Amino acid sequence: MSTVGARLQSARNLELHRKHLLAERDADARRVRVCLGTGCTAKGAQGVMESFQRAAEEYEEDLVLVETKCTGCHGFCERGPIVVVDPGNIFYQEVAEEDVPEIWRESVIGGRVVEELLYKDEETEQIAKTPDEIPFYRAQHRIVLKHNGVINPKEIEDYLAADGYAALAKVLTSMEPDEVIEEVRQSGLRGRGGGGFLTGRKWRSARDAHGEPKYVIANGDEGDPGAFMDRSLMEGSPHSVIEGMMIGAYAVGSSQGYIYVRNEYPMAVKHLNIALDAAREMGLLGEDILGSGFSFDIRINRGGGAFVCGESTALMASLEGRVGEPRAKYIHTVESGFNGKPSLLNNVETWANVPQIILNGADWFASLGTEKSKGTKVFSLVGKVKNTGLVEVPMGMTLRQIIYDIGGSIRDGKAFKAVQTGGPSGGCIPAEYLDEPVDFDRLTDLGSMMGSGGMIVMDEDTCMANVARYFLRFLKEESCGKCTPCREGVAQMLHVFDRICTGKGREGDVELLENLGTLLEDTALCALGSTAAYPVLSTIRYFPDEYETHIREKRCPAKECPGLFRYEIDAEKCTGCRLCAKKCPVDAITGERKQPHVIDYEKCTDCGTCFDVCPFSSVIKV
Amino acid sequence: MTETSTETIAAVIDRYSGDPGMLIPMMQDVQAELGYLPQVELKQLSNGLGVPLAQIYSVATFYSSFRLMPKGDHTIQLCMGTVCFLKGANKIAEAIQQEFELVPGGTSPDRKFTFAPLNCVGACALAPVMVVDDEHHGSLTVDSAVELLHKIAAGEKPSRDGESAKGKSKGKGKTRKSAGKGKPPAKAKKKKSPGSNKT
Repeated sequence: MSTVGARLQSARNLELHRKHLLAERDADARRVRVCLGTGCTAKGAQGVMESFQRAAEEYEEDLVLVETKCTGCHGFCERGPIVVVDPGNIFYQEVAEEDVPEIWRESVIGGRVVEELLYKDEETEQIAKTPDEIPFYRAQHRIVLKHNGVINPKEIEDYLAADGYAALAKVLTSMEPDEVIEEVRQSGLRGRGGGGFLTGRKWRSARDAHGEPKYVIANGDEGDPGAFMDRSLMEGSPHSVIEGMMIGAYAVGSSQGYIYVRNEYPMAVKHLNIALDAAREMGLLGEDILGSGFSFDIRINRGGGAFVCGESTALMASLEGRVGEPRAKYIHTVESGFNGKPSLLNNVETWANVPQIILNGADWFASLGTEKSKGTKVFSLVGKVKNTGLVEVPMGMTLRQIIYDIGGSIRDGKAFKAVQTGGPSGGCIPAEYLDEPVDFDRLTDLGSMMGSGGMIVMDEDTCMANVARYFLRFLKEESCGKCTPCREGVAQMLHVFDRICTGKGREGDVELLENLGTLLEDTALCALGSTAAYPVLSTIRYFPDEYETHIREKRCPAKECPGLFRYEIDAEKCTGCRLCAKKCPVDAITGERKQPHVIDYEKCTDCGTCFDVCPFSSVIKV
Repeated sequence: MTETSTETIAAVIDRYSGDPGMLIPMMQDVQAELGYLPQVELKQLSNGLGVPLAQIYSVATFYSSFRLMPKGDHTIQLCMGTVCFLKGANKIAEAIQQEFELVPGGTSPDRKFTFAPLNCVGACALAPVMVVDDEHHGSLTVDSAVELLHKIAAGEKPSRDGESAKGKSKGKGKTRKSAGKGKPPAKAKKKKSPGSNKT
């Protein structure tokens, strides 16, 4: 790969360099792309990558040029480690180190396909050779994730060859700041972090705000449990985020940017830092960018592990070195934010959309999606669904399409119960609304929200009261404690839930929860507080029977709340293997070898160990 | 001892040009170097920056990633995110707390482990996930998690979740290696190349 010695002096320079890079690249070159996202790495992708590199080194004598390249997250984390071989875009999944020689010999050198490592559809038995043939990818439309899995996030050249920084050059050479804002406004882009505020309007306010200097900030504090879109973007395509921020900075007149990254995402910090250094070295960041007179730089701040810092005012407090407590927003942060100066904060995914909008035009972007929600949205589709991973779909796709077509339906043949969107601020949507289109407004109507894009699928074994309790526990831990409704209200609601889920629920508890929930919605200081009751309110709205059964019959219909159901041994299925009796911590299981066992309920503590260890599924919940 | 710590703090302050707004990154650096935030160093930081010690402590106690106590040889970050929770992370938490005498945020009596459950590591496809010393281990069960930690405590290089992840996908995309699915789960572990998977 070529290295650039000198800084790029102008937009023309950049174009020439891009042409040079493209000319240098052999379109027919054989290439092995190994996903090194967090998911695949945890499953051993690093070893796979190294094996390929060794194979490539050993092969050097031959004339065939092989490039091994690590890429960011492909999204299909379920099937990692993922390896793609070019030419042919052959998609191998669950690749282990011992598979490398075979792929190398057959596929990379031989140009054939190693069939047993291809994706095979469970139902149709259809084998897919390329990603496009896999249902998980087929229905997706990748704009933001376009570069993920294709480019090496640590090589700026890869991004440049894929039209990287072309949008920036276009803006700097041919657009006035007002034109940029107008383009973004017309595209209809809305904030991807949760609120869904019109990005163009926010930029306008930031441009019009008085005060110097102005700051642009990327919110990479992806705190919602069950969401990892922003992590994959920062890890897999860091330059898209940086380029978006630069365009925003040019539009509003800022020369300093900050990326606030969650402390739990070390790889994102690493890749962003590499990207920033490379951009600086090439003159794409710093003083007088591309000879345009525009100067801008970015620094990265790591979060401290506080969920509330995803809220814009809390994030800015944290950037200032203080505790991350939100403030009331009667003065918007675009007027007085970081250090009391006008600050334009957007979510990482919002920023990554910007270069594409500038390159392809507002009309193109606005042609995707629904009337009021334009473009695409990345969701992390997780939970009890067969294909978990990152999916990017046009706004307006139905929940059913996402969960069944892309997600491949529910695991283990269970029945769908609900999908939770929007993290702790969102709600649980039941099966009857599966055909609703997914956009900002529709999800809000359903008592949930888009949030940052978590989509957690739950099956019949999930107790809705327990889910709501989980989120309350999360929020109680994470409440910053500044305002009383959130600090005390969430704690009180959790108290009621502890009652309900242990069989001590009382008549009137549901009404009490509804009261507290609406009070919280009306009075909490920040958006995280005012939406904190959504998981509770939505489950009460859609699953009132479950609450009734918990409170009146002291039973958990999903058989999840300990004590509200019993374990029983099915005498028909029990083989008398004694495993459960051995594992039972309180010796509550008795029975002769090869004879059906029984549980002594006087002793049983409902710990569920027998259920977990039984190899024949003969322990059942009743 | 004091001299080296004075130097450490001076270097950290210098790294951020003494900007009090950079307090959090400075504290992160101190913790990265010393493993936790000792009182002496925080006092020096307070003096050096002109930021009241009370404010430094308010920051240190607000953010969950800061530690005021020394940590064990290994840090267990157990993901308690929604997906992990749905897949039994709470049971794993109970089991390892019992097995190694841990409490959330605490260190085991033998100083081997510090237990730091956190909200979501963003690796939901691997749920339930545990990050031990920056290495992700996914698709855990109660038994495999406890076993993994025993191995780490004994100084063995842990095998990756590979076998359990593979086992989980049995009969799905492909049929090979289905022989290895029986229990006990940690059999036939793969050799791992050294130093891999560090994030």
